[in-house]
This record gives sequence, structure tokens and C-alpha cells, in this order.
Amino acid sequence: MLAVEKLQENFPHDIIEIKECAGQVSVTVRRDRIVDILRFLHDDGELLFDHLADLTAVDWLGKKEPRFEVVYNLFSIRYKQFIRIKVQVPENDPRVDSVTCIWKTANWLERECYDMFGIEFEGHPDLRRILMPDDWEGYPLRKDYPLFLEEEQEWKEYKKLRQKARELAQYDWYPMLAEKDKEEAGSPESEAAA
Amino acid sequence: MDAKTLYDTANYFLLKYFGLSLFKSVVLVAITLLHVAYTTYAERKIIGHMQQRIGPNRVGPRGLLQPIADVLKLITKEDLIPDCVDRPVFKIAPFISLVAGATSLAVIPIWQNFVIANVNTALLVILALSSLSSFGVILAGWASNSRYSFLGGLRASAQVISYEIAMALALVGVMMLAGSLNLVDIVNAQVHSPFKIYAIPQIIGFFVFMVAAIAETNRTPFDLPEAESELVAGYFVEYSGIRFALFYLAEYFGMIVMSMLAVTCFLGGWYGPFEIPGVPFFWFLLKLYFLIFFYIWVRATLPRYRYDQLMGLGWKILIPLALLNIVITGLIKVLA
Amino acid sequence: MAPTLEIIKKQQDEKEWDEPYFVNMGPQHPSTHGVLRLFLELEGETIRSCDPRIGYLHRGIEKLSEFRTYSQAMVLTDRLDYISSAANNVGFCLAVEKLMGLEVPRRAQIIRVIVCEMARICSHLLWLATHALDIGAMTVFLYCFRDREWLLDVFEMICGARLTVSYPRIGGVRLDFTDEIVDELYKFTEEFPNRIPEYETLIDVNRIWLKRTKGVGVVSPEEAVNLGLTGPSLRGSGVHYDLRRSAPYLIYDELDFEVAVEYEGDTYARYRVRMKEMREANKIIRQCLDKLAETKGEPVVAEDAPDLLMPFGKVKKPQAAPHPKKGYVVKGVEVPVVPEGEVYMATEVPKGELGFYIVSDGTGHPWRLRIRAPSFVHISAIPALAKGHMVADLVAVIGTLDIVLGECDR
Repeated sequence: MLAVEKLQENFPHDIIEIKECAGQVSVTVRRDRIVDILRFLHDDGELLFDHLADLTAVDWLGKKEPRFEVVYNLFSIRYKQFIRIKVQVPENDPRVDSVTCIWKTANWLERECYDMFGIEFEGHPDLRRILMPDDWEGYPLRKDYPLFLEEEQEWKEYKKLRQKARELAQYDWYPMLAEKDKEEAGSPESEAAA
Repeated sequence: MDAKTLYDTANYFLLKYFGLSLFKSVVLVAITLLHVAYTTYAERKIIGHMQQRIGPNRVGPRGLLQPIADVLKLITKEDLIPDCVDRPVFKIAPFISLVAGATSLAVIPIWQNFVIANVNTALLVILALSSLSSFGVILAGWASNSRYSFLGGLRASAQVISYEIAMALALVGVMMLAGSLNLVDIVNAQVHSPFKIYAIPQIIGFFVFMVAAIAETNRTPFDLPEAESELVAGYFVEYSGIRFALFYLAEYFGMIVMSMLAVTCFLGGWYGPFEIPGVPFFWFLLKLYFLIFFYIWVRATLPRYRYDQLMGLGWKILIPLALLNIVITGLIKVLA
Repeated sequence: MAPTLEIIKKQQDEKEWDEPYFVNMGPQHPSTHGVLRLFLELEGETIRSCDPRIGYLHRGIEKLSEFRTYSQAMVLTDRLDYISSAANNVGFCLAVEKLMGLEVPRRAQIIRVIVCEMARICSHLLWLATHALDIGAMTVFLYCFRDREWLLDVFEMICGARLTVSYPRIGGVRLDFTDEIVDELYKFTEEFPNRIPEYETLIDVNRIWLKRTKGVGVVSPEEAVNLGLTGPSLRGSGVHYDLRRSAPYLIYDELDFEVAVEYEGDTYARYRVRMKEMREANKIIRQCLDKLAETKGEPVVAEDAPDLLMPFGKVKKPQAAPHPKKGYVVKGVEVPVVPEGEVYMATEVPKGELGFYIVSDGTGHPWRLRIRAPSFVHISAIPALAKGHMVADLVAVIGTLDIVLGECDR
């Protein structure tokens, strides 16, 4: 593929691996050269990869070292070509350079990566959580993050809400919540007003 | 003077000086309130049919008891007053709107001898009272202590001020042709003029008046202050229950009063091609219903103007048109 | 630094009147289509900056699908863009089939195209209804819903569900089309081109509509591509990027249809693009119905479709390298499983470009399912489009980008 050849020409020492699967090529490159490589792919006259289709990360816990992999899916509108660039990010140093200088759409995509995996993007103008609430702890899409949280680990706003519901159950028309708590706790609770 | 004599004296004076007027006002207000309530019903039905659906048809035969059900529901709702509002202003704002709208009824002639207060400056009274009703809107926006109502109140006040000028200028043409501000005289002068209704020589004035009237009453396409999809009911977002009902009624009252004014000044009042014995208000009501239908029709059809376009329309298009109308009327009066 | 509640409280306490005015167009609002929270910084009526906050509808679909098989995960994709759910399903199935190397029978492909285009019409009708309602023309809303009801009834005939259809399967579709459905679709394609002018007469040349939509939310082609806009939002700015032509899938390369492109880049241009797309979708359905008649009697599911035979638990990899489609034995039955690898498959859904990036580790569960939702990227473009406009224009801009929060938050 033309893009792969040009990459090998211009960045011979930065390409770690080239794979092909289901008709799509993916190139793994070195982490510190990612901005230059992507800028080259964006600006080059014969390649023109101007559409950043997707920017995401994959967590390879237990399967591969380094642990994370940040994936950039690029599409060229003019030449109708597709390429995938991957960058390996180790767990103890989860930082990558941000590409918001090339594509404005990378702003939110990188925020989501940060929110879900904890990968920090250097040079990002506004890195904060996007899908989860601002004070959430933990990075949900990592493989060591459980699907269901135990009650003690839950977000503190949920706990506050549950507490408030228990307090207000005395004003309930039907003593639903009080009954459930009685069953759960098993301790003698005062019967809620009917 | 004991209590009984006091009561008798008061009764005597009331009956002697205010008797018939008091009775007339009560009857007029009651009937207009009924009209207002059923205008809401008519709007829902007409818009429904224009949108290929039936409006309300469950409550009562063909849904005719819908407004009564609405009023009953709103009365029985909890009266929520938010915490940090300006209480006296919050409570009084809907009343100001409603009272200002309803008081205009006092000077509008329904048929030949039925005017509650036949003042010589009736037109000025109505213009003044319509400004007062917008005062209620501004107070509501301010007192609600909420950003959305504040924005809605600001927009409404600016809108009303702009369109009042256009409305007043449109009415100046009528005043010039009739030579009086008294509404009964205006109607009589209309009928005895060669055109029968002032809408024909004053076609520009009529157009400007109708557009300004739609803007005065905050109806679509000029309903940005209460735009449902943008400001979520704007200045009355914090009101609930009967207070909300009062605002709602005030809006429809305004609609009816403006239509009555248009009928009186431009469409010939209570005169018609033939007399119907026993029903002297027949033609007045017919013209009134037609104008209300026009209001509802416009609401179903047109999208909403953005705020600055609305202001541009009022200042840059309607006021020059109204001024042009005055010049033309002057020329007609001089030459004819 | 993002403004917070503390700043508002500080303003109110210290009465700093020179500071800009923060308004929250909150999660519950009639014209932010779904639970979108816009933090606006206003100066009078003009917007100085706008900070969209999302995540109120986040259900963790990507995480959930890592614990489900591919067939089970397909049901989750329904709930992304719940207005045109058939299109999401087709996208996901195509991605998995590309990874597996599975060949889908022709009749199933035609049926999938029909269902995708029906979903496109449904979505655009709802878009027009809500966009017009936000700008104030409420009659268009009811006219559009009348036609949408027709299509939803057809969906119900096809698969029993109106909104979240889950009709395609990995390897084909669930059920074949009966003659009743084909007749109903013929009637629809006859009648629909006469319905579109009904919506247009109300707003197309209406002065108020033109004033509200022309010149609002203008974006140049280069900036649009840089912001990541796709679909009708991009084609309104003059960029000829339609995945059905750039990277054809299913049988789109055999069909004859035009790609709608306008060049002004404002709200009115995007409106015209979508109206044209509705007409083209109608044309496509008509052509497909004719092709469907030719393939009568063929199967609608591939023979080695893994639909119901997917293993329900994680499978241990056997020693010998298996055939890509067969070789895993679960409870004595040989079941096909998705081989190791990764694929990115993008389809043209009504909202834009929906991309599925699936990383498979050779077991029956996806290792990573990434959904590239068009609405996510479009919402990030709202600040750029709405800068300098007024609050009323913001509503028009949100409407024209056609966002659905289910897709954005996943």
C-alpha cells in the first residue's frame, strides 16, 4: 500500500510492526514520533489522510506487553484509502502526545480515552472526564475494573441518594423501602408510617 | 350612624350612580371570561384539525368541557412559590397582567349603546392599558429569580415597547379619518364614510396593526419570550397552578381585546349588511371570531422569528410603513 | 478551565456584574434532543462560549459487550441510535462478518439495504419534525410523524418491533420478507414522493424559516473535515464524502442513486441535503424491491452463520491451529468463532459515519468493541458552530447537526 511504503521511506526507524487483517493494514509506530508521523500522513500530497475516523485505546492486560495501545483510524476522503496507526503505551507511564494540533476532533476523542483508560495526552487543552461524572474514581474500560461495583466502592453521590431515600421512606404511601431495608439489614427497624 | 344606616346609604349611592354600570361590567367580564376559556378550547381543536388530528374530545360532548376541566385542575394544584423570589412582586405580577387586559373592555363598544364607560379618549386608554399589561410580564420575569425567566422578561419588555409604537402609529390613521378618539364616534364615522369599513382606505394600517397586535400579545411568530422549545415558557416558568392559569388567561384576554379593537377601528364595529332583530351584537361577534381564527391560523402555520429579526421587523419595517400610512391618510383627507 | 457551579454562586454572592453570564441549558430541555447539558457563557444574547457536557445516558455498552458473545452484543447496538436502530445492527453485523470472512447471501444483503434505507427515512422524518418544532413550525412535526407511523408499522410487520428492531443477524437477517411486506413497501414508495412536498410547502420558501436558517452555523469544508463531521452535516458544506460510494458495502455499488451535496455550509444547506436524501432513499428502496423479486426463494441466512451457535462461555484455545471458521468444540458440537484480529468497519447511518472497531482474541467474546458514534463528534463541534450566534440560533444548530444522545453516550 502506498501509505505504508511512504512511511517506511520517511520514518524507517520508527515503525515497529506492520500487520494486515481482513483487508486492512495497521502500522505500529514509536510513541514519541506519533505527532510527526500523523502530520506527515495528514499533509502529504499523495496520501491526504484528512479524516480522523476514530481515536481509541485497547487494554491488553495479561495478553501483551506494553499494556495499552492507542489506535488511530485514518481515512483519506480524496483517495479512498484507509490506514490504522497504533502506538504502544506502557502501564507505568501512560502518556502520549496529543494530536489536537492536527485535528480538532481529537479533542473529545482523547478526552474519552483519558476518561475510560487513564491515558494522559500531553498538550491537550482541556483534559477532563467526559462520560463519567467529574469526581469518579477509576478508569472503567480497563480490564481490571469490574463490571459491577460492590456497594462500598460505589460513587458517593449514589450512596448519598440511597441514604436520602431511606430517610424519606417514612413519608411513603406504601412502606416499600422500609420493608426492603428490614429484610436486608435484619435489624429491628421502626415500621414506616402507613 | 349605626351599621344598618351605613349599609343602606352605601347601597343607595352605589345603585344610584354605579348600578347599571356595575351590572353591565359583571355581565361583560363574565361573558368575556367564558370567551377566553373557550378560545383556548377552539385553539386546540382548530390547530388539531390543521395538523390532521382531532383536538380534545374526551371531556364532555366533543370535548366542550375541556376548559372547565383545565381550570379545575389548575385550581386544585399545589401553590408552589420558590424560595428566593421577591414575594409580593411574584404574587402580584399575574394580577397586573390580567387586570390591565380586562380593564380595556370597559371602553370598547359592543353595540350601539352598550359601552360601560364612553370616554372621549378611549383609544388612548386602551394603548395605556396594553403597556401596563406588559409591566406584569416584566415583573414576573424579575421576581422569579431564575435565569430563564429573566431572559424571557427582558425579551418580552423590549418586544412590547417596539411594537407598541407601530400599533399606535397605525391607529393614528384611523384617528385622522374619524376625527375623534371616542370609539363609538369612530364606528359611526366608519359606517357613514363611503368605504363602510376603514380597512379599505387604511389597508396598510390594518396590516401593521394586525402584525403589531400579534407581537403585543406574544403569539407565534413573535412568541420568543415564551418559546417552549428555547426558554421553556420563559417568564412564567416558575409559576404553577392558578397563578399560571392567570397568566395564560391574560394572554388570551389580550388577544381578544386586540381583536375587539381591530373590529372597532378597522372593520366597522357592530354594523353589518342587514339588521338582525333581537341580537344587536351579532356582527361584532362574527368579526371578532374571524379575527381570533386568524390568530390561531397564524400560530399553526408559521415558524418563530429569532429575537433580533423580530426587533428588526418592528423598527425597520413596521414603523416606516405606519408613518407612510399616516402621510397617505393625510393626503386623502386634504384632497377628498 | 471549565466553569462550575462555584463560579455562579460566587457571582451571585459578590454581585460581579462585569463577569459574563452563565446559563445552563440543562439536561432536561425540550430542544436538546436527549439529555445534553450545554454550559453557555452569554453576553446579552450572544454566546461567547459553549461547553457541552455529556454522559447522562452512559450505559457502558462497550464494557458490557466484553462480557457477551457477538450475538448478544448485537442487541446492545440497537440502543445506540434508537431512532434508526436497524442501521446500527447492520453496521455491527457487517463488522463481525468482515472479521470472520463470512459471505452473506444476496437476498439478505438486499433486505439489509431496504431496512437501512427505511431507517434512514424514519430518522430524517424525525429530524425534520423536531428541527421544525424547535424553530417554531409545529405543524410540520405532525405531518412527519404521520408518515413515520406508516414506516414503523412496516417495521412491525417485518420483525415485530417498532423501535429497537434487532432484525439482522450475523450472517444474514432473521426472517424473510413476506409478500404483504413487499406490497406495503411498494405502496409506500409510490406515495412518499407526494408527501415530501407537503412538508416543503410549509417551510421551504417561508421567509421566517429562511431567516432562521440561512447563515446560521456556517462551516467551511476544510474545517468540517477537521472537526470530524460526517454524513449530511459534512455534505452540506460541499465535501463529497458518502460511505456508500467511498467504501461501498452490501450492494450499494449496484444501485443507482445520487449523493446529495450542497455548498453553502449553513443550516439551510444541511436541511436541503437531508430532504434530498429522503427522496434518494425512497428510490433505493424501489430498486431493491425489484431486485428482491428476482431472488425470491433464496435463503436469508448464511449456512455457517454463527447466530445461535456462538459459545456462551469463553473457549479455551485448542492446541492445533483451527480452521478460521470451524474447529472449536463446545459440548461436543463444533462451533464457528470469530478469529483473532481487528477490523474497523464504517457504515453510513442517517446521522453520519458509524464505525465499529472490533478487536477479537479468538474466543467468543469481543476483546474490545469500540463504537465510533457520529453524534459524539458532532456534539464536540457545537461550540465551533455556535460561536458568536445567539441562543435562538443555538437551538437551530443543535437541530441541524442531528444528534442523538444514546449514540453519543453509549
